[in-house]
Amino acid sequence: MDEMLSVRQLMKTYGKGCPACLDLTGPDHGRNMCPVCGTIVACADVSLDVYPGEVLGIVGESGSGKSTLVKTLYFDEEPTAGEFYLRSYEDGVPNLYDLSSRKKRWVRNHQMGMVYQNPHLGLRLDHSAGGNIAEKLLMAGNYHVGSIRERAVQLLEKTDIPITRMDDLPRYFSGGMQQRVQISKAMANNPPLLLLDEVTTGLDVSVQANVLDLIREIQRELGVSMIVVSHDFSVIRMLTNRTIVMKNGRIVEQGLTDQIMEDPQHAYTQLLINSLL
Amino acid sequence: MPLLNIEQLNKSFHLHQFGGKQIVGCSGINLTLDHGEFIGITGKSGAGKSTILKCIYRTYIPTSGSMYYESDSYGTIDLARAGEREMIEIRQKEIGYVSQFLKLLPRVTAQDAVIQELVATGCPKERAEGEARSMLRHFGLAESLWDTYPNTFSGGEKLRLNLAAAMVKRPKFLLLDEPTASLDNGSKEAVRDMILDLKRQGTSMMGIFHDLEFMEKVVDQEFSMQSGSITGGRTA
Ligand SMILES: Nc1ncnc2c1ncn2[C@@H]1O[C@H](COP(=O)(O)OP(=O)(O)OP(=O)(O)O)[C@@H](O)[C@H]1O
Ligand SMILES: Nc1ncnc2c1ncn2[C@@H]1O[C@H](COP(=O)(O)OP(=O)(O)O)[C@@H](O)[C@H]1O
Ligand SMILES: [Mg+2]
Ligand SMILES: [Mg+2]
Ligand SMILES: [Zn+2]
Repeated sequence: MDEMLSVRQLMKTYGKGCPACLDLTGPDHGRNMCPVCGTIVACADVSLDVYPGEVLGIVGESGSGKSTLVKTLYFDEEPTAGEFYLRSYEDGVPNLYDLSSRKKRWVRNHQMGMVYQNPHLGLRLDHSAGGNIAEKLLMAGNYHVGSIRERAVQLLEKTDIPITRMDDLPRYFSGGMQQRVQISKAMANNPPLLLLDEVTTGLDVSVQANVLDLIREIQRELGVSMIVVSHDFSVIRMLTNRTIVMKNGRIVEQGLTDQIMEDPQHAYTQLLINSLL
Repeated sequence: MPLLNIEQLNKSFHLHQFGGKQIVGCSGINLTLDHGEFIGITGKSGAGKSTILKCIYRTYIPTSGSMYYESDSYGTIDLARAGEREMIEIRQKEIGYVSQFLKLLPRVTAQDAVIQELVATGCPKERAEGEARSMLRHFGLAESLWDTYPNTFSGGEKLRLNLAAAMVKRPKFLLLDEPTASLDNGSKEAVRDMILDLKRQGTSMMGIFHDLEFMEKVVDQEFSMQSGSITGGRTA
């Protein structure tokens, strides 16, 4: 397998479903809710590849299925259908969605890191910053107290969190700091794959810059493969070579990032680009 | 085999928002670029010059036609149909592009911007640093600027930085979109010297110039464009 990650025909629906769901939803209909049975088709027909060391961007309007997609990759959500292969797990042979839940947990803890759109989802806000990192290390079977502490210090230093704040609760951290603790936690076990969902949304511009620089540094120095979800094209342009555009739960266009921005093909992408300030 | 053979290249833009309006970028383009050659393109604004270069670099998706390119990594490859991965690799290792508009990453110092270009090709850090410095020096970018962010640079300084970043890799094939547009004569000469130097080392080039006179001694073929088509040509 050349790809770091390969996803085929991924689908996630919420609702009981009916034979018309897929035909009556998607960008051509401008909706993700089936008019017959009310099922939400959060994402469908999603196939994508990420190569080793590559950063893939995902853009799309609110509700287009971006978060659902990355949560399904992180096994937070069970897919309705689809295949998912990771090169770092048994050479990409098994469909990860067919694994037992114990094995899925292993893959998630050892091979993936996730930074959630909402820090509440990625962090225990009432556990110390260091404790949050320790949790991720423990989940990967690292029980040595000394080395846990050492690694936590290293990660916090790397993400520019003062070590003096290590025992403080993230609840009282600024948004930018919370995102940086999430990044530390996600990176704790040196995973080959990082999923980043709107990491900079809602942060001040200068704090955004700082978080983006950190991500760029991680990518450059460690060659980690990443999927970066954002509705901000300046973030996508800065971090990625290739981009996928989603609307109403489907991929409407994918291509080289500069091509998507300068020669968008799909009507929706043209609209997105034309609405840039 | 020539380095690049463009046959019947057409690019039109389909604007959905405006009732599906079609805009012609370029049409019926035929060009052959031999190894080590330099083609100059002239023409009025809007004639379709940048469109050709952007199709080669695949910032634009050609509407029809072919662009056979002799790649080190892939052999003969039609750039009009190359996959995204192949284009990324070719951009990193073989084809450089200096754009008419300046694209620089925020918060990367001038020096680091040049270094990163080289490091991306697999060049060791120390060597990259040395070569970046000598390239910045060649283009006359004041040393006091090397460690600062380019967002505050003047148009000419940014352009010289862009040139340094593109040329430091000594790419096999270089696309130049009005690389002398906002430069004074001294800087223009630095560009011409570097072009000659790269040419001696085997780099092939396609460039758009306002004042082709200035490049007269450098180009091997010259084409002029009007309303999307090549209307005149001359071999030096
Ligand atoms: N647990 C759920 N139950 C029902 N519907 C859901 C659930 N989770 C997500 N959805 C729906 O699925 C669709 C996709 O949601 P998702 O969170 O993936 O969007 P998004 O692209 O990440 O949007 P945003 O840019 O606002 O974060 C939405 O219509 C959402 O309301
Ligand atoms: N991304 C684009 N979308 C729509 N039209 C474009 C785009 N790029 C170029 N064009 C049009 O194509 C024609 C040729 O443009 P261009 O190649 O930039 O001209 P030149 O570089 O010769 O000034 C012009 O009419 C221009 O408006
Ligand atoms: Mg979301
Ligand atoms: Mg132009
Ligand atoms: Zn239905």
